[in-house]
Amino acid sequence: METTNNKSVFFEKYNVTTRDLETYLGEALSRGGDYADLFFEYRINHSVVLEEQIVKSATKGISLGVGVRVVSGEKTGYAYSDSLEREHILKAARTAAFIANTSSEGGRVGIQPLEHTHNLYSIPVVPADLEIMEKIALLTEADQAARAYDSRIKQVQASYIDETKHVLIATSDGRSTWDLQPMVRLNVMCIAEENGQRQSGYQGGGGRRGLDAFTGDLSPAVLATESARQAILQLRAVDAPAGPMEVVLGPGWPGILLHEAIGHGLEADFNRKGTSAFSGLVGKKVASELCTVVDDGTLPYRRGSLNVDDEGNPTHETVLIEKGVLQGYLQDRLSSKLMKAAPSGNGRRQSYEHIPMPRMTNTFMLAGESAPEDIIKSVRRGLYAVHFGGGQVDITSGKFVFSASEAYLIEDGKITSPVKGATLIGDGPTVLRQVTAVGNDLKLDQGVGICGKDGQTIPVGVGLPTIKIREITVGGTNR
Amino acid sequence: MQQLKDTAEHVIARAKKNGVTAADVMIREDDTFSVTVRMGEVETLKEAVSRGLLLRVFLGKRTATSNTSDLSQAAVDRLVDETVQMARLTSEDDSGGLPAESIPRTDFPNLDLVDPTWEQLAPEERISWAVRAEKAALSADKAIVNSEGSSFEQAHSRVALANTLGFAGAYEGTSAGLFCGPIAESGGGKQRDYWVTAARHRKNMESPEDVGRKAAQRVLRRLDARKIATCQIPIVFDPLTARSLLNHLFDAVAGNSIYRRSSFLVDKIGQTIAAPEITVVDDARLPGGLGSAPFDDEGVPTQTTPIIENGVLRNYLHSAYTARKLGTRPTGNGSRAGSGVVTIGPTNFYLKAGKYSPEEIISSVKDGLYVVELIGFGVNTVTGDYSRGAVGLRIENGKLTYPVHEITIAGNLLEMFKNVEMIGNDVTFLGSIAAPTLKIGKMVISGE
Repeated sequence: METTNNKSVFFEKYNVTTRDLETYLGEALSRGGDYADLFFEYRINHSVVLEEQIVKSATKGISLGVGVRVVSGEKTGYAYSDSLEREHILKAARTAAFIANTSSEGGRVGIQPLEHTHNLYSIPVVPADLEIMEKIALLTEADQAARAYDSRIKQVQASYIDETKHVLIATSDGRSTWDLQPMVRLNVMCIAEENGQRQSGYQGGGGRRGLDAFTGDLSPAVLATESARQAILQLRAVDAPAGPMEVVLGPGWPGILLHEAIGHGLEADFNRKGTSAFSGLVGKKVASELCTVVDDGTLPYRRGSLNVDDEGNPTHETVLIEKGVLQGYLQDRLSSKLMKAAPSGNGRRQSYEHIPMPRMTNTFMLAGESAPEDIIKSVRRGLYAVHFGGGQVDITSGKFVFSASEAYLIEDGKITSPVKGATLIGDGPTVLRQVTAVGNDLKLDQGVGICGKDGQTIPVGVGLPTIKIREITVGGTNR
Repeated sequence: MQQLKDTAEHVIARAKKNGVTAADVMIREDDTFSVTVRMGEVETLKEAVSRGLLLRVFLGKRTATSNTSDLSQAAVDRLVDETVQMARLTSEDDSGGLPAESIPRTDFPNLDLVDPTWEQLAPEERISWAVRAEKAALSADKAIVNSEGSSFEQAHSRVALANTLGFAGAYEGTSAGLFCGPIAESGGGKQRDYWVTAARHRKNMESPEDVGRKAAQRVLRRLDARKIATCQIPIVFDPLTARSLLNHLFDAVAGNSIYRRSSFLVDKIGQTIAAPEITVVDDARLPGGLGSAPFDDEGVPTQTTPIIENGVLRNYLHSAYTARKLGTRPTGNGSRAGSGVVTIGPTNFYLKAGKYSPEEIISSVKDGLYVVELIGFGVNTVTGDYSRGAVGLRIENGKLTYPVHEITIAGNLLEMFKNVEMIGNDVTFLGSIAAPTLKIGKMVISGE
């Protein structure tokens, strides 16, 4: 079955017609307003959790609804309905219309369905149709591999989640488009215990595909072994150092640095309002010449990728920083209109209950020329951080943090003791100026990123080659 | 309300027909209104009713759960059938099942959760609250040049719960929040901060002008912040940042972290884990409390549970499952946030007020830091290891002197709670979890 060339579930199962879309949009513009759109969403989630070697829970979730947005100048009216019945959608349209009062002649909208410009996640079976026994088999394999790694592994929690999301977007400028967005993810959490001391390890992975995602590097055994390895390693971790020092970030998930340090600060809404530490810096040098950073929503099967964003615009590759110079912002429809820029396919929302905002997709730094071993050898005293928990940024001051969960001391060019988790803190607009080496080993993360903004969470990706930062503050306890 | 109860009872009947040995269902309905205003103009206006049905079924010792926003009868019936099918494929779990039949199901006092006067507040007035708060902030000082916006949100929530043991209950509550986030600028760059008030009752909300003025004071004191050298000094947490410490404590006493042994407080009941002045409770019966409820999401009557008494750890918090797992009684903390799987949630979880005013606490510090904001996720509940980004004000000779940023504070939660030296009289409720100003003897600051 081709997932993106079939007709949308909204036409087939819920009998929504193009004529209906025109009627709803007309109602949305009945008090005037510059623009209106509809976001239909039908989402099916499954999760299975294996813990203490038994299947503890199996869950199915259904979310169905439509959001109606009316834009008038810089103002947005929003309402939604969790019923697709005509009267309920019309009522939501009238509620959203309340924001505008420029005219009363009513909107007349003609809709032209659009073809996709790309097809990034065509898969044979959507996650909603997978058999639960296949998912349980993955979890059992993970559990066994984690326990086999070391007898000090006392607890293993393996969980599987999938999502099958149908969206249909129709806009008052006459476009309609739809998409079917799959997602799968496997997580393994381990607790190691020795002499009354406990430590945890975590590893996960996935993407916009079916169960074939869980092979190779993302196979249950590899994820579980990695999770167990981290938990055991932490049993001998020493206190992390405190103070500024040279830091080497490993490839892949440490790309969370880019997400926090610059990505959020380049979202157009903050810059349109002048609340970002990056406001007004386009064309200026914000990073070392070694740094080229992109946000690319078009990578096949990636967690942060989309055929179209949640406003119906095709996703793009957007260059944020080229050889150290800031190029531009991540745009949604509203900000791009107000800033007279092109939309970049970054308008995203958590669900039909939420108003879209400029958001990241997959954010990463392009590879450089250094060999990763040489980068480590070049450090006399520093920190080598390879695995991270979460991060956060203060958009306005530009200060950001990200927390290392696996890191080592570097002493005289050699990786030595593992250290306990520590938060690294820096300044977004200046941290990339301190990048003194970029490795040739760009890696994207394994598909676990969740980004939060204004109470809305969405899946994202990050990536990084090995990089060296001349100085960043490490928040340990060992002075 | 009656309609929610009817749907709940219909679902239970359908599940029984499908051969379940036990089941429970919870239905939530939220009427929500929110407005954001920026630089005096309405930016977004949002109004909607959202609903969710959460179902759990048992086939002997096997279980499955489901949730849906689609409450049409056909969709609900199909989901009930599918959930029962799913339960056939999970494992037998000896600790599974509904709360014991012997748990009383009658002690449900009126907790004063509804303020009917919210309904009389017209949309124009609601908008004006946000406008007035922002205006008060913008006019407080000429250094306040911009705004993240100001928002007002109001909700009326209804919950109905039914199970196969014959329980059928419902309750409702109102709540509102007013937020203001001004931005100030000086030669030293831009800074943001905020203030917020939240309550179930209108009479307990701070005025929009007070919210705006407090937000302005909080952002102005952050201007021209700098880094300080790495050091080890006393730390005073304001009520908002102290509240985050209580959040970590809650995670560590939640029954599911205990049976998984993923908490630094495992095996510590009866032991001294905090300074002797510290008393922490989870009190679900606080009249008008933002976290108050008559029964939990499994139908267990809520209660007041002592967590720490004079520094000694007394209780963990339990759902029916974690209680059975650990051989104790549920504490009425079963929570079905989101997916429908029962986890542990706080009710009104707070550290009781001490005797000192915040000013007395600050003036007791010769050389320290008053922390006003924390960022990041550098907290490990398994070990208690703590390392977060911080913004604060330097304390020198008992006085707040200059703002500090781009630093981290680090330590271990167990040591931090043991090292609490002074407790403020200013417990500030902005949600389920609350704390007063706290002074901790010493922590490591990492800076320049």
